Amino acid sequence: MKRLSAFNVVSLTLGFAFLYIPMLILILFSFNESKLVTVWAGFSTKWYGELMQNEAMLDAAWVTIKVAVMSSTIATVLGTMAAYVLVRSGRFLGRTLFSGMIYAPLVMPEVITGLSLLLLFIGIGLDRGVLTIVLAHTTFAMCYVSVVVSSRLATFDQSLEEAALDLGCSQAQAFRLVTLPIIAPAVVSGWLLAFTLSLDDLVIASFTTGPAATTLPIKIFSAVRLGVSPEINALSTLMIGVVTVGVICASLVSKRALVKQQKEEQQAVHAT
Amino acid sequence: MRRFFLIAVPYAWLLALFLVPFLIVLKISLSDAAIALPPYVPQFEWSEGIRAFVSQLDLENFTWLIEDDLYWKAYLSSLQIAATSTVLTLMVGYPIAYGMARAPQEWRPTLMMLVILPFWTSFLIRVYAWKGILSNEGFLNQFLLWTGVISEPLQILNTTTAVYIGIVYTYLPFMILPIYAALERMDDSLNEAAEDLGCSRLSAFWLVTIPLSKGGIIAGCFLVFIPAMGEFVIPSLLGGSDTLMIGKVLWEEFFSNRDWPVASAVAVILLLILVVPIVLFQRNQQKEQEGET
Repeated sequence: MKRLSAFNVVSLTLGFAFLYIPMLILILFSFNESKLVTVWAGFSTKWYGELMQNEAMLDAAWVTIKVAVMSSTIATVLGTMAAYVLVRSGRFLGRTLFSGMIYAPLVMPEVITGLSLLLLFIGIGLDRGVLTIVLAHTTFAMCYVSVVVSSRLATFDQSLEEAALDLGCSQAQAFRLVTLPIIAPAVVSGWLLAFTLSLDDLVIASFTTGPAATTLPIKIFSAVRLGVSPEINALSTLMIGVVTVGVICASLVSKRALVKQQKEEQQAVHAT
Repeated sequence: MRRFFLIAVPYAWLLALFLVPFLIVLKISLSDAAIALPPYVPQFEWSEGIRAFVSQLDLENFTWLIEDDLYWKAYLSSLQIAATSTVLTLMVGYPIAYGMARAPQEWRPTLMMLVILPFWTSFLIRVYAWKGILSNEGFLNQFLLWTGVISEPLQILNTTTAVYIGIVYTYLPFMILPIYAALERMDDSLNEAAEDLGCSRLSAFWLVTIPLSKGGIIAGCFLVFIPAMGEFVIPSLLGGSDTLMIGKVLWEEFFSNRDWPVASAVAVILLLILVVPIVLFQRNQQKEQEGET
């Protein structure tokens, strides 16, 4: 029987306070009347109003969402393919290089990835803008997707696929009818991960974008470099809110899917 | 045919957008700077054969990096900042992971989500949040003045201390999760056995729990150390002018000085420094995976 000692309770409380208090302060001061972010001058939502008037900020937000949707979708397709190759394809020429290229971007400093991609785009004469950011984000996000999906692929029972093949499915059918539904939660969380990584990225986007496309992180960074502003607090609060709701919904959905799947697997076992 | 297609598409993508760009960085790091666009003169042609190629190699940018002490100071101070903050993150993260692993079963998914949630929120915003807290009129100084611990505001923002706080804060989930995963797998009866055999609780923790969570500790340390080494956002938002970190130097070399060959050489050396921890990390992960199966 595990018991929480006083030490455990204290370290959990302090730990989560450390993780959450900074964000709570940020949210609190987004509702501050005063322009000074450190002095409380009464409740107000005026900074949200000003944010909605800020055309440049809204444009940047739109570019960011476009980039994130496109890059995470392509990254999910490529990453799932790569995961399938890593887990199921056995040996092939250059496998070590392939898995190296999947894992290396995960730990690569962003400044290096950004610099190298920019030099590539200039080398081949590609105009920098939305397209180049999408290419860059897809490349590092597909690696994250493939790690998430391959861990799911590695743990599920391969005999299910074999059974489908024995029962006359083609390989494509077996993938679509058996494998894909089973790995679907991992594919979805891979997409979500790719989406947030893209939304969040400052360094790689700064290197690979041109004057035509400014993303939200680039905009935020240039604004906060000078100091703290309540408008950025308001924007941050909105972003934190969206992510929190998203993560809670996603975890509830995946929990339900897991329960359902376990039930079905149990029923299948009982039926035999 | 289908298998070929399945392998070829992601493979070709990664070759074109991951490997080739690195070769370009390597090539440009060996080139001369020029006032043009792109601002460098290629040093060599591939077509002239391998001997001509080798004789043309120009290590000027690298000797420049060695001669100018700004660069090696920046590498050393990045190493030192990354190492110190890794240790700090471990000291903050381990008790949290330990508490999570000992919490009742039904709490654990919620605690997990609470650790992961900050990871999903924007990195930039989480660093920015500290700007308001650490400044001279910030929340922390106001609080400390109010409690009477200090009589004058502390200068924390724009110092290396702020960088440590920023790194520990933003990378904490990377430390907690692998350690928690290792501790959760651990069989609690081992601890009980140690206690039955006469160990005190503390020495049971030291002799049983810590060694069994070694894999998680190592993974967590690498996950913090490697990205912290090349960190740009944290030193530029929280650090001061005397905080030297190589990611920031590379950025300024590229965007402010527009010296692409030197920026590329800085990147090549940073990568060479990181190859060792990256390889060690991969080995550790492989060992952990084998241990599981």
